Amino acid sequence: MSNRNALPGFKLSLGYTLTWLSLIVLIPLAAVFIKSAELTLDQFWYVVTTPRVVASYKLTFGASLAAAAINAVFGLLLAWSLVRYTFPGKKIVDSLVDLPFALPTAVAGIALTALWAGNGWIGSIVESFGIKVAFTPLGVLLALVFIGLPFVVRTVQPVLEDLQIEIEEAAASLGANRWQTISKVIFPTLFPALLTGFALAFARAVGEYGSVIFIAGNIPMVSEITPLMIITKLEQYDYRGATAIAAVMLIVSFILLITINSLQAWTAKRTGRST
Amino acid sequence: MAAAISLHLGPAHAERYESNPATRESNWVKWTVIGISLSFFALFLLLPLVVVFYEALRKGWDAYLVALVEPDALSAIRLTLTAAIIAVPLNLAFGVAAAWAIAKFNFPGKSFLITLIDLPFSVSPVVAGLIFVLVFGRTGWLGSWFIDNDMKVIFAVPGIVLATIFVTFPFVARELIPLMEAQGRDEEEASTVLGASGWQTFWHVTIPNVKWGLLYGVILCNARAMGEFGAVSVVSGHIRGETNTMPLHVEIVYSEYKFAAAFAVASLLAILALLTLVIKSFIEWRAAQAAKEDSEA
Repeated sequence: MSNRNALPGFKLSLGYTLTWLSLIVLIPLAAVFIKSAELTLDQFWYVVTTPRVVASYKLTFGASLAAAAINAVFGLLLAWSLVRYTFPGKKIVDSLVDLPFALPTAVAGIALTALWAGNGWIGSIVESFGIKVAFTPLGVLLALVFIGLPFVVRTVQPVLEDLQIEIEEAAASLGANRWQTISKVIFPTLFPALLTGFALAFARAVGEYGSVIFIAGNIPMVSEITPLMIITKLEQYDYRGATAIAAVMLIVSFILLITINSLQAWTAKRTGRST
Repeated sequence: MAAAISLHLGPAHAERYESNPATRESNWVKWTVIGISLSFFALFLLLPLVVVFYEALRKGWDAYLVALVEPDALSAIRLTLTAAIIAVPLNLAFGVAAAWAIAKFNFPGKSFLITLIDLPFSVSPVVAGLIFVLVFGRTGWLGSWFIDNDMKVIFAVPGIVLATIFVTFPFVARELIPLMEAQGRDEEEASTVLGASGWQTFWHVTIPNVKWGLLYGVILCNARAMGEFGAVSVVSGHIRGETNTMPLHVEIVYSEYKFAAAFAVASLLAILALLTLVIKSFIEWRAAQAAKEDSEA
């Protein structure tokens, strides 16, 4: 594209975009860092490393990583089934994969709690084996698996659909068995997309609040997630403390956003798709 | 971040893999993979959805309806609709303007601008609520000015609307940008050369080309606007009958152990989610039809 453009409206649309972006997103986000600057470095460090907060980082990042890994495995299998196989009810399954995008997180939260609590449909079964899920860190993991699943499926699915059949035919005619073709030809092509889906699911899980707090039990040092720590500080009118933790979360979000953008560029390069 | 929520119109013909000896697996592999993925799907997606309706109707239709028409529930429904009616058109206008600037023109810093538009997707909802408390709260930048002028933003409706606008900010823009980039600008330039004004070109050339993507962006934006919990929870103050949206009402009723009533209101939100998915499927079907007609024409 050259800049000699016959179309009108560039200044108007860009100006409007930048103004609205600044008012709604950039200036309010800047408030977090400006408010944090009211603390000295020592105070900031003290707030963000108290044992209760550190315990919440461990749970948030640990459960998010585990949930993203679980979703990478099962999301890949689900995407594979949807693209490669015919089975009854496939259209409905394909549509419902997006449910976690569309279902409000609070609804997901109470539904998962009802299912996995000791008297719930699934909770009563697993508890007879001595496993408690609701109101433990396992419950947090479960909620994060729920909200992350579509990210993996929807990132892998289009790349899988675009794979050239000819490549697999070539592999087969050169004597590769099916497993060799999948592991050595298909998987390396899917890998950037799978990693992108993993990173998207992870990024979403780190910030998630609504679906988690109902099932987590929110026991200090055990099952409190980091976003809940911000809420707790706010409820004590400790705005500076809340803001310091928010600053830590924002920095993590920025790093994840940059990572995901590079991963998507890599996927596009590897598969020739533009997303 | 938005790649995962784009419309997808890929081929849905698994038969071509299953009938080709080079691309099919043995039957037992096929059914094992389907079995594992469908069990996972049922356990994590289907059962939570089913349990919402089961719990909502557990005490019968009468209790269900009573939970929906009690004054606090009605006021929550009203507030949720209000927030969505304000937030969705504003973000629609923003999304169209941003997509026009980004997709039809070339300028430095374009990909950085797209990253900035994506920011609300990657910020925790709780942080999204907090930033508006920092700006408009009692001790915030503009807080004292608003208090002096007897206006409440935080723990009031304007704060809820602002938080809703923030969390739904990228939806329309991110849906439209790739679509409008793919369209290029030949058609718009032809229309301009032939003497159409900018607005005529926009309404009669650009919009018809992207209408399905636009509609999808709007329904996703609406679903999130009506369902947002974390961000709205921080700015709401949870005043019953005044600053509770439907998701917040669900939380309060649930925490009072009125489970059937909580699930009754939750079931309305679940129906909204299902409706969103049905419209999405319809749009994908329509867009696939249109693509087929184009390739045949």
